[in-house]
Amino acid sequence: MSDPIERALRAPVPDAHDAARRFADRAAAEHAADFAYSTFASPIGELLLIAGRDGLTQMHYLDDPLEPLLERLASERSPRIVESASALDRWRRELDEYFAGARRQFEAPLDWAAMAPFQRAILTATAAIPYGATSTYTGVASAAGRPRAQRAAGNALGANPLAIIVPCHRVLRTGGAFGGYTGGLERKHFLLELEGAQPPRLPAR
Amino acid sequence: MSNQALPPFQQLLDLHSEDVWRALRAIVGAQAAEDCFQETFLAALRAYPRLRPDSSPRAWLLTIAHNKAIDHLRRSRRLEQELDERAVSEDEPGPDAEIWSAVAALPQRQRAAVALRYVGDLSHREIAAAIGCSEEASRRSLHEGLATLRRQL
Repeated sequence: MSDPIERALRAPVPDAHDAARRFADRAAAEHAADFAYSTFASPIGELLLIAGRDGLTQMHYLDDPLEPLLERLASERSPRIVESASALDRWRRELDEYFAGARRQFEAPLDWAAMAPFQRAILTATAAIPYGATSTYTGVASAAGRPRAQRAAGNALGANPLAIIVPCHRVLRTGGAFGGYTGGLERKHFLLELEGAQPPRLPAR
Repeated sequence: MSNQALPPFQQLLDLHSEDVWRALRAIVGAQAAEDCFQETFLAALRAYPRLRPDSSPRAWLLTIAHNKAIDHLRRSRRLEQELDERAVSEDEPGPDAEIWSAVAALPQRQRAAVALRYVGDLSHREIAAAIGCSEEASRRSLHEGLATLRRQL
């Protein structure tokens, strides 16, 4: 390795990074890749967004490393996954507007295909809760046609793959207690306050 | 042949795009490297789900890159462009431009052997498989290529 010729041959090349980014953007835009992902810096922490041909398929709080989430997507659906900020622009723009208080409804397409039927029914009912309003686990279960399945409804909401966009933060316990939230109660509180929904008091820590 | 162990494709981009870029720049020159790079990763992305999880993704990518580079050279030869002249004259000036000009001026097989060995870190067996020659021939091409570079620089 001390040979100057070998050293020069192995020297780093800055162009490669740009070429890789151009490739990923194009592969996502032309759907040669099945999924594209990007992160979004929100006021309540970094979010991971993943979209496929049919729309946004996942949005998670990035409290943990993103690799396991992407590896699961690779093994369950397709390993053709690239990172592309431009591919997620539509959703990022809507999120910007939402957090600025200028958007009450998300319009960019969502991909529900990977959800089990029950979860899909619960989350569809959840998506119908208006901005600024709240519902209960029982209310959502009833709206989904499964009035007795409130506990299962809670589990389905806890596994919501489209955090914020499918507003599981608008679901409270009957009687007005917070219930749970995968991203933590402080985020649930923040989102309800942002929407002007009079959130319950946060439990003392 | 399951997808089970294949990581997200982005991981291959993160880990190997620099090596692919350098190998291509060595074989086809800086100007054509971009097109060949895009073609290489597009072909790799299409074929990716069929890649055996136990194979080396880097050797696989560099083999695809070599094939794309040779396709490119064949095309441009058909256009009767002088390979050496083009690659040398259009290389961007930079601290290492000299060595890449010298590499670009090597005969095709030596150029590929040098690129795959020093840029791609491939073994002689992998180089032989990528170029489509014997291990002995790949070893010889590498020695001749390096000898020429040493004489010139």
